[in-house]
Amino acid sequence: MSDTSKSGERHSHIDEAREARLLEIRRQAALARLASQPGDGADGDLVPHASPESGYYGRPLLKRPQWTNEIPLYFFCGGAAGAAAVIASAAKLAGTDPRLIRDARYLAAIGGAISPALLISDLGMPSRFLNMFRVVKFQSPMSVGSWTLLVFSGSAAAAAFLSAWQRQPRGIFKILQNAGEFISTIAGPVVSTYTGVLLGATAIPVWNQNLSVLPLHFATSGMAAAAALLELRGHDSRALNTVGIITALGETAIGASIEIRRSPVSKPITSGRIGWLARAAGILAGPVPLILRLLASGGNQSRNIKLRKIAAASAVAGSLASRLAWTRAGIGSAQDTALLLNASRQ
Amino acid sequence: MSVTAFLTDSTLCIGCKACEVACKEWNQIPGDGFVWSGLSYDNTGGLGHATWRHVKFVENGATPGVGGNSPENFSWGFSSDVCKHCENAGCLEACPTGAIVRTEFGGVYIQPDVCNGCSYCVVACPFGVVDRDETDGRAFKCTFCYDRQKEGLAPACATACPTESIKFGKLDDLREAAHDRVEELTDAGFRDVQLYDPIDSSVGGIHAFFITRGDPRTYNLPPQPQVPTVYLRKGWISAAISSGLMIAAALVAFAGNRKS
Repeated sequence: MSDTSKSGERHSHIDEAREARLLEIRRQAALARLASQPGDGADGDLVPHASPESGYYGRPLLKRPQWTNEIPLYFFCGGAAGAAAVIASAAKLAGTDPRLIRDARYLAAIGGAISPALLISDLGMPSRFLNMFRVVKFQSPMSVGSWTLLVFSGSAAAAAFLSAWQRQPRGIFKILQNAGEFISTIAGPVVSTYTGVLLGATAIPVWNQNLSVLPLHFATSGMAAAAALLELRGHDSRALNTVGIITALGETAIGASIEIRRSPVSKPITSGRIGWLARAAGILAGPVPLILRLLASGGNQSRNIKLRKIAAASAVAGSLASRLAWTRAGIGSAQDTALLLNASRQ
Repeated sequence: MSVTAFLTDSTLCIGCKACEVACKEWNQIPGDGFVWSGLSYDNTGGLGHATWRHVKFVENGATPGVGGNSPENFSWGFSSDVCKHCENAGCLEACPTGAIVRTEFGGVYIQPDVCNGCSYCVVACPFGVVDRDETDGRAFKCTFCYDRQKEGLAPACATACPTESIKFGKLDDLREAAHDRVEELTDAGFRDVQLYDPIDSSVGGIHAFFITRGDPRTYNLPPQPQVPTVYLRKGWISAAISSGLMIAAALVAFAGNRKS
C-alpha cells in the first residue's frame, strides 16, 4: 500500500481514484474467494499450489462423516434410555416410589424404540438394516453397538411392558420381567457409552484424540438427560436431584478440560460455530444446572421445584447440543489436511 | 492365485487420465458432475464413490537439469491415486455387516449386494478413499477389478495405462521392482524420488504403492496413516469405566433416598 502512495507522488499522471478502485477490486476478490481452498485467494499467488505443508491444494485428505442429524439425535436418545434403565434398577433396589421406577422403565423402553428407528433412517439403504445382524464383529464398534442396542431395546421393552400389563406378575411373567430388568440394566450403560468408542475409533483426528473423554462424557450426559427427563415428567426426587448434581459436576469438569487442553487437533470442537455450540452445551449441562440445584436447597418449596425443573431442562438441552457439536466437529476435523500431514501424532 | 498389487510410478505418468476413463467405463461408474475446480488440470478433486482412479496434477517450480525442463516453464507432477488396499484395512474392520471383505488377491472389496450404507467405513479410512453415494445410499471404492482378476486379467486402469506408469503384478515382485526403480532414478540424478509405502505404520503395508518426485505429502499421502482399530483398546477401557461409574452414581444417589 505504501508503495502505491509513494509512486503516486513521483508520477503525477497516476489517477489515484482508479488505483484505489483496482485495490478495492483486489480486496473484494480476496474476500469473495470463489475458489475457497487455502492458498488460492486473490491476495496470494496467482495460481494455487500443492505443497508438503498444505497437501494437494489443501483438498481434504479424509472423507467427511456422512452421518445425518439422526445420529446425534440417536446418541442423545440411546444415551438417555440406557441411563434410564440403570436409574430404574437403582431405584427399585432402594425401594423408592414405584411410579418413578415405572416411568424410568418407560423412558428406557421408549428411547430403546426410537433409537433403532433413527439409526435405520440414517442408513443409505434402510431396507437392508437386518444386515447389521449378519455377523458379530468385536473389532467394529458399530457391530457391537447394533447387537447391544438390539438386546437393550428388547429387554427394556419387555420390562416396561410387563410392569404395565401386570401389577404383580407371577410365574413365567415374573421371570421374564426380572430378566428384562436385569439385562437392560447391564446393556443400558453399554448403549450410553459405546457411542464414544464409535466416534473415537475412527480416522477423524478430533474424535480419536478424545477417545478416553468421549465415553465418559456420553455416560455423564446420558445420566443427566435421563434424570432430567424424569424430573420434567414430574418426579421431584432427592435421588434424581443428586444424579443431577453429580452429572453437572462431571460435565463442568469435562467441559473445562476440553477448554484447557486446547491443541490444533481439538480446534474443530473449541473454535468457530461448532466451538461455540460445544461451549454453550457445556455451560447448559454443567454450571447452569449445578448453580440452580444448589440455589434450590433454600426454604421455599415450590420455588425449589421450579428451579430444579429449569435445571433439568437446561441439562437436557446441553446433552442434545453436545452430541450435535461432537458429531459436527468431525466434519471440520476431516478437512484439516495440513494438520494430518504435518502433526507428528502418536 | 497370488497376492497382487499396484505400483503407480508418477515419474512415468503423463497425466492422460486414461486410467480414470478405463476405470469408469469398465466398472460402469456414473459421472461425477462437471465443475471447474481451478486446481491445475484436475476437475475431479479426489477419489470418491464415482471416482476410483484419480490423477493428481501438481505444478512444481522450474527444475532445470536432469529430469527438469527449461527454466522458464514449471514442471509437472502427475500421480494416479487409488484405494491403497491396506493390509490392516480400517474400512474392513469397521464394517458392521461384513460387506467389506478381503479377496483371494489380497484386495479389499465392498460387496454391493450386502452394504447397507451405514457409512462407518467412510470415517474409518485413514486415506479418505471410501465414500457413500448419497443418491444410491451405499459406499463405493476401487474393487481392485476383482472381476477381472478372477479371470486372470490385470485391472482396467493398469491395462489402459499407455506408459506403464500403473504397474500391476505380484505384491512381492512389485515391491522389489519399486525399490529397484527408485535406485535407478536416484542414480540417474532424480534425487527427489521417493517411494510411498508406509509399511511401518499400523496399516501394516499397502497393496498400492507410489513412486513420487518430492514429498508424497504434496499428493495428500499421509506420512503416518493409522488404522482406527489401534484406538479400540483405550476406547473400550474408557467405556467400561464409564459404565461402572454410571451404575455407581445411580446407586449412591438412591442409597440416600431409601426412606421415601
